[in-house]
Amino acid sequence: MAMKIRTLKRHLNDSFKSLKRNGWMSVAAVSAVTVTLLLVGVVFAMIFNFNKISNDIENDVHVRVMVERGTTKDQKNQLEKKLKKMASVKKVTYSSRKKELNKVVGSYGQSFKMFTGDDNPLYDVYMVSTTNPNKTIGVAKKAKKLAHVYDATYGGNNAKKLFSVMKNIRKWGLGFAALLLFVAVFLISNTIRITILSRRDEIGIMRLVGATNAYIRWPFLFEGAWTGLLGVIVPVIVIDFGYVWVYNHMALSMASAGYSLLRPGMFLFQLDLTMAILGIVIGALGSVVSMRRFLKI
Amino acid sequence: MIRMTNVSKEYPNGVTAIKNLSVTIDAGEFAYIVGPSGAGKSTFIKMLYHQLKATSGEIEVAGFDLVNMKDREVPYLRRKVGVVFQDFKLLPRLTVFENVAYAMEVIEAEPEVIQKRVLEVLELVGLKAKNDRFPNELSGGEQQRVAVARAIVNYPEVLIADEPTGNLDPETSEGIMDILEAINNKETIVLMATHNRQMVNERTHRVLAIEDGRLVRDEKEGEYGYED
Repeated sequence: MAMKIRTLKRHLNDSFKSLKRNGWMSVAAVSAVTVTLLLVGVVFAMIFNFNKISNDIENDVHVRVMVERGTTKDQKNQLEKKLKKMASVKKVTYSSRKKELNKVVGSYGQSFKMFTGDDNPLYDVYMVSTTNPNKTIGVAKKAKKLAHVYDATYGGNNAKKLFSVMKNIRKWGLGFAALLLFVAVFLISNTIRITILSRRDEIGIMRLVGATNAYIRWPFLFEGAWTGLLGVIVPVIVIDFGYVWVYNHMALSMASAGYSLLRPGMFLFQLDLTMAILGIVIGALGSVVSMRRFLKI
Repeated sequence: MIRMTNVSKEYPNGVTAIKNLSVTIDAGEFAYIVGPSGAGKSTFIKMLYHQLKATSGEIEVAGFDLVNMKDREVPYLRRKVGVVFQDFKLLPRLTVFENVAYAMEVIEAEPEVIQKRVLEVLELVGLKAKNDRFPNELSGGEQQRVAVARAIVNYPEVLIADEPTGNLDPETSEGIMDILEAINNKETIVLMATHNRQMVNERTHRVLAIEDGRLVRDEKEGEYGYED
């Protein structure tokens, strides 16, 4: 049965009044949501970024073709031509072992400088980019068979290892988030139960004069939803600022490795929205759970 | 109409509060329910507005079959059965008007209808002038009149009063009885559990005496009949 606008307004008013009247109990319930969503928000931010990075790796279209030591310039040119002729190859760029070492020194520090000159353990490299991420493995395999090629690797090697780690993080992270949400519903339902206990007489009178359970439930449901929404405020602020800070500090070092975190703008908006919805849902759910007992005949 | 047929009520602790009780109360009747404390009066009354479910037998109240009733139908029964208690059960944070209006708001009546009807019943119980007062600003008798107003505001077919004068002095009790009889004259069944011997003997109506869970006496114009 559709609720009348007048009744809806009344329920909303009642829920605000009740939230105010319950004072510290409301604060306790809001705090329960805050703590939970803060943790859930962090877990979500991590999971989404791991996903992003694993996609970056998966979509890495580069094959590193390492050239055997002692290969002459002509042989290298031959190799480059062969690589360029291969199907699905978009671009081939050369990077000498010296250049490669400089990259390592740039990322990992000056201590790697001791490998300069003949001590340099790295290889000259052709960076081969493919037209499609699916073709990477095929190109790498073919390149490996060419003359003067020491090895050909692709991001997929790392991805495979990372994926198993990722799978675990996702599984445990989601499990942890689900557990947190469950605990939050439990905490909220207990907190709201105390506020309901103080209004047991009122509920009794409502039932006595013929109020339906749905009618009685609405103000409490709204109260729970407000509790959830109020509980979202702090986590949203902390996570938004925290994420921007982390992003700014890690962006550079991640970029040099060829990966990046999700850009704060849209991602944070979606994360905030998710947290707000979760807050409202766990608040309302906690409220409904604790009401059940009082609505039995 | 109220019809109980072979009704028994056994509590989970094994106590049988009502034993094979049968009675019929027709529209427009006024009946006292008397009996010693612990005889089963309250259980009897609570079964009539489905606060308690009968263990066996059949109960029909205002057209509702209370034995086979689904939980979601209970609110609709309660709108046909007004209940008044010894301790009034008013909401302290609402005014007299709001306490009575509350019973109409929960059934989502139109505001204009609520306004008109609430003032009408408050006039009937003599509290129209105090409609903006809070319960704690009223005497016990006045609070009970608010409770009666709330119980009848939705035109119930049955008005159940559980010791409505239990906390009131004799004069105030007379006032409440006047109101209950006036309501009864409008064809509403009034069922009143009481220990007020003087009242039962002076204002004669049907008397149902319950002892040890059984209906032991049913007299058309009966007497209280106990020395307590």
